[in-house]
Amino acid sequence: MLLTISTTAAPATDLGFLLHKHPDRVQEFGQSFGTATVFYPEAGERRCTAALLLEVDPVKLVRSRGRSSPDFSLSQYVNDRPYAASSLLAVALGDVFRTARAGRCNARPELAATPLPLEIALPALPCRGGPELAHRLFEPLGWQVAATAVPLDPLFPEWGDSRYVTLTLTGTLRLADALNHLYVLLPVLDDAKHYWVAPDEVDKLVRAGAGWLAAHPERGLITRRYLGRRWSLARAALARLAELGDEVEEALEPAVAEEPADAQTALDEAAIAEAAETTETVEGAVASEAPSKPLNVLRREAVLATLRELDVSSVIDLGCGGGELVGALLAQPRFVRVAGADVSTLALAIAARKLRLDRMPEARRARFTLFQGALTYTDKRFSGYDAAVLMEVIEHLDPPRLPALERVVFGHAKPRHVLVTTPNVEYNARYEFLAEGARRHSDHRFEWTRAEFRAWAEKVARQYGYRVAHKGVGEEDPELGPPTQMAIFTHQQASTGGSEEGTRG
Amino acid sequence: MAEIRIPELCLVVLVGVSGSGKSTFAARHFAPTQVISSDFCRGLVADDENDQAATPDAFDLLHHIVGVRLRRGLLTVVDATNVQAPARQSLIELAKRHDVLAEAIVLDVPESVAIARNESRADRDFGAGVVIRQRKDLRRSLGRINREGFRKVHVLRGVEEIEQATIAYDKAWSDKKELTGPFDIIGDVHGCRAELEALLAKLGWQGLRHPEGRTAIFLGDLVDRGPDTPGVLRLVMDMVEAGTAICVAGNHEQKLVRALNGRQVKVAHGLRESLDQLATQPPEFVERARAFMDGLLSHYQLDGGRLVVAHAGLKESYHGRASGRVRAFALYGQTTGETDEYGLPVRYPWAEEYRGRAMVVYGHTPTTNPEWINNTICIDTGVVFGGRLTALRYPERELVSVPAEKVWYEPVRPLTAPGYRDPGTLDIGDVQGTRHIETRFGARVKIVEENAAAALEVMSRFAVDPRWLLYLPPTMAPPETSALDGYLEHPHEAFEEFAAAGVTEVVCEEKHMGSRAIAVLARTPEVAAARFGVADGSSGAVYTRTGRPFFDDMAPLVDRLREACSPLWDALESDWVILDCELLPWSAKAMDLIRTQYASVGAAARAALPAAVSALEAAAGRGLDVGGLLDRTRRRQANAALFRDAYARYCWRVDGLEGVRLAPFQILACEGRATALEPHAWHLSTLGLLDHELITPTRHVFVSLDSPSSRAAATSWWEELTAAGGEGMVVKPAAHTPGRVQPGVKVRGREYLRIIYGPDYTESLELLRRRFLGKKRSLALREHALGLEALSRLADGEALWRIHEPVFGVLALESEPVDPRL
Repeated sequence: MLLTISTTAAPATDLGFLLHKHPDRVQEFGQSFGTATVFYPEAGERRCTAALLLEVDPVKLVRSRGRSSPDFSLSQYVNDRPYAASSLLAVALGDVFRTARAGRCNARPELAATPLPLEIALPALPCRGGPELAHRLFEPLGWQVAATAVPLDPLFPEWGDSRYVTLTLTGTLRLADALNHLYVLLPVLDDAKHYWVAPDEVDKLVRAGAGWLAAHPERGLITRRYLGRRWSLARAALARLAELGDEVEEALEPAVAEEPADAQTALDEAAIAEAAETTETVEGAVASEAPSKPLNVLRREAVLATLRELDVSSVIDLGCGGGELVGALLAQPRFVRVAGADVSTLALAIAARKLRLDRMPEARRARFTLFQGALTYTDKRFSGYDAAVLMEVIEHLDPPRLPALERVVFGHAKPRHVLVTTPNVEYNARYEFLAEGARRHSDHRFEWTRAEFRAWAEKVARQYGYRVAHKGVGEEDPELGPPTQMAIFTHQQASTGGSEEGTRG
Repeated sequence: MAEIRIPELCLVVLVGVSGSGKSTFAARHFAPTQVISSDFCRGLVADDENDQAATPDAFDLLHHIVGVRLRRGLLTVVDATNVQAPARQSLIELAKRHDVLAEAIVLDVPESVAIARNESRADRDFGAGVVIRQRKDLRRSLGRINREGFRKVHVLRGVEEIEQATIAYDKAWSDKKELTGPFDIIGDVHGCRAELEALLAKLGWQGLRHPEGRTAIFLGDLVDRGPDTPGVLRLVMDMVEAGTAICVAGNHEQKLVRALNGRQVKVAHGLRESLDQLATQPPEFVERARAFMDGLLSHYQLDGGRLVVAHAGLKESYHGRASGRVRAFALYGQTTGETDEYGLPVRYPWAEEYRGRAMVVYGHTPTTNPEWINNTICIDTGVVFGGRLTALRYPERELVSVPAEKVWYEPVRPLTAPGYRDPGTLDIGDVQGTRHIETRFGARVKIVEENAAAALEVMSRFAVDPRWLLYLPPTMAPPETSALDGYLEHPHEAFEEFAAAGVTEVVCEEKHMGSRAIAVLARTPEVAAARFGVADGSSGAVYTRTGRPFFDDMAPLVDRLREACSPLWDALESDWVILDCELLPWSAKAMDLIRTQYASVGAAARAALPAAVSALEAAAGRGLDVGGLLDRTRRRQANAALFRDAYARYCWRVDGLEGVRLAPFQILACEGRATALEPHAWHLSTLGLLDHELITPTRHVFVSLDSPSSRAAATSWWEELTAAGGEGMVVKPAAHTPGRVQPGVKVRGREYLRIIYGPDYTESLELLRRRFLGKKRSLALREHALGLEALSRLADGEALWRIHEPVFGVLALESEPVDPRL
């Protein structure tokens, strides 16, 4: 809520001309979420400091969203907006210093075009990524960065640092550039849920980033975070249930990647960079370093190849997520019936959007079914397919709930073939960035060794009258095995069509 | 005067040419909604009842409507000419598909009458040729219509006979809903007369009668394999004739009758014994037995439809229906088409899918131990194979059995426990979509589809096994907003609210600030397996308000809690219990939330506000007018410090279970009892028996609402509680109060509310007072009704899906948008 800009240029009080705010006055500017005040704690010839103090009224903040948004979660009321130099401060800054940001100054035009010695201080800057990220974002722009993490609670030292840093930037830059850097990078560092993001944010980013964003080494991250993740109703309901269970909302988010829709059209390059920069799955991070295809692509290809070998013509993807596999299946006419089921309505919405369901040609649409289903509830819609695919699904279930999944899939839906893929935990040792004992995704409830997976697969096969074969997916490590393991179940009473895949098991 | 008798549920097919008076006949004898006419359907699909081009679509629609009505068990009349055999055939098939009988009523009027009637109607523009052609079809039909598959063809000849005909209804043969019991339902006897006599004696029968007027129900398979089939038959026939027993057919009676009728049957599965034993009997007895067995029906609906008996069970859509496949299901059960290692057919587990409200009691498949599966139970305990002969007392749901005197017949397959037990797998149809849940504690509760979708995601990704998830706590509303200076909530409004509702005594319970926890505890893993069907060795669960387990490994907490709760087993005379608790500290479960939300707010405030204050002080030092802003900022700094203290009070370090406390405040259920309905004095005194370091007692005071001093004492108790950092208290009517009275309201303390409304909420109390409680209060009532309903269904021993339905409903309602600060 507080930002100070100081200069030691002589005469320092020229800062007032540049900012279009007189050093001897206290000026208030109404914002939809509170009041911004500009005043000068010091205004000497040698040094002059302008302060922007933003008073945020959280009650007003929520109300400003209007009557049309009926959704609430408690985090919207009790939040750091009144204190932190968040995206709201950026909005206020953009508004209050609009002319300065554009580089216009009729009184001192040459001064506006000249780099000046500046010092910018932000006592509480929310910075997801820690002080290190502040360095990465500001240093390429010519700033010297001093960033210190703020502890969460001095009386609970074991809680560690908060996501805030106290930041001081020093450098010799044009004031307009400095303001634009802050305008774009404050929300980027904040990276909070953009409850209040407006649809025209893309245009604003393009304008404010002119002249520096394109060359910034972190432009992918900046773009992705600036546009933020869009708040949807499906998520609001989940947020409420998360708070109800004393949990953070992220803990309930489905394991699907949602691309910012606007970014796709506006900034394709950034979108590609964003795909490579995912912090949630280590698999992607490693894959992007290696020249080979990412593991999720290899996995999908392996599943498709196996389905072709098995000569099946109808497939249901149980836990279809964003719909990557069903999209690939639909592209091949040999799969005459394709279905995707997922328990997350958000995942289904993403899949429908990615597959352009509403514009799909009738012939293709007629081959395809997409619906919400849960693998712990028997469901007759799961039945009637030659093969069911459970790609990276079982590890998202608590182990005591696996028998229910087994019954639903193998006992009730009972397709001729079931393909199951899951991480091989032995291979985790190859992921440098993965801490010892950590799992590949925060929602994984377990990750199995090859022996554990085989034991499970054999038990299930025995119980439900299937035989099982195994395959590896991805580059195989001689000792640790492949990164992903796949089991191919075939019902005993099914005729052995297609190729015999049992040899590799 | 012709009386036409038809079954109460059937498909009536009217047959007659255009102008024969079908619609008039139908209107005279049936309700308008019962009659589906082809003209009407033609109108629906073409806006013109005479558009012959629309006929195929019109009949598609007619078949659909008729099919839906028959599925729902409604008598339906088809008003179409139906003079051609294929038209009738498709309707007969439709009836069969829904296992109802089809009746034909033929209206045969002279040609001249039909032609004259058509000519008099402006909307019938076709000529006499149509009628003449239809009559020709009808003539041809009458010769063979009797063999087409109608139960009965009623032909009314001439205008007068048609006008004078009356319709009368016959109850379905299987309909004995008027018999309300009590019943003693007895499983497969198989010629074991001595055991049957012993069982009847144990049940209190004296001769052919029970002194309390009970009725015996035999589930079939009286005969074959055992030592005295004639003796069993004689006893059962005498009881049936005396009106003290009823009996359904078993597959063994069916086959024995065929053998006695001289048909070619394979003599196996103990038929030889019956034939040999009957050969020693007088021929009159054999004939009496044959006629008795030949006349047995395959199933009965009893007690207003609440009880269904059939030898091999019966799925819901077959209850009260009549068709070959209904009889086959009742006699033989359904098989998957596969055979097991002994060469016996693998039975289709229809009971697992059963969702009917009627209890289904059956035999046929011998098991060692009868188990309830979705309100169905098989009570064949294989007496002839050396097992037991078992009876189920209805409505008591009590099993009574006597052991076999010996192994009378060697089984092909050894007697085992049921091949499947209730697996705890629920069907998506039990929870998905918009639903209306009936409760006995208020109006029915509607769950909308979007809320069910959100709940499904959370339930299936995070919740514990549904066999443990027997309850979820309802939300609770605050009282009306206080007008007292400085307060948003105060006990006064709570007391006023309950007094206005006619409540005279309330209890104020300390509200622990932790995480709500539901603990389901079984005394031993064996109890868990027997009562809840969880056979993985676990003996309980402790889960959050969203059904999520408290710790990755629940066992240590469950074990310690069972130890702490051991005094309850005797006190409650139950081997299991469900407790409503608060788990402390808050930080044990909510650490991530505290870190990202509460402590973060505190940290940001601590970093930002001092800098802002000193910047403002510097500006003031320069003589700038920032006074108001400086004051506000200083006040906010103080508020932020109070906020930090408010959350920090509920955090302390825990190491494993070390430091974790549980504060139980209500006993939700135990064997046979939904104890949640007990008065709070009972809960608190029973829970007072617990004395264990894990347990934190719930402090409380009872308040007599008539007494100002009692109210004042409780108010100052609340003030002390909250001044010392307590969250506040919950005020509840001392005893369960039905109706639209809140089961409890929470009165939260002034400092605690900073966590909810934000550090500076005390600065804008006037604005915050304009809060709307209506929705929260309505939700609280609905969720409370669902919770009590789940517990009552559990206490009644209902099927898992019936308990899961309201539990899921609570979670779905909790995803409704409502001001989260309430």
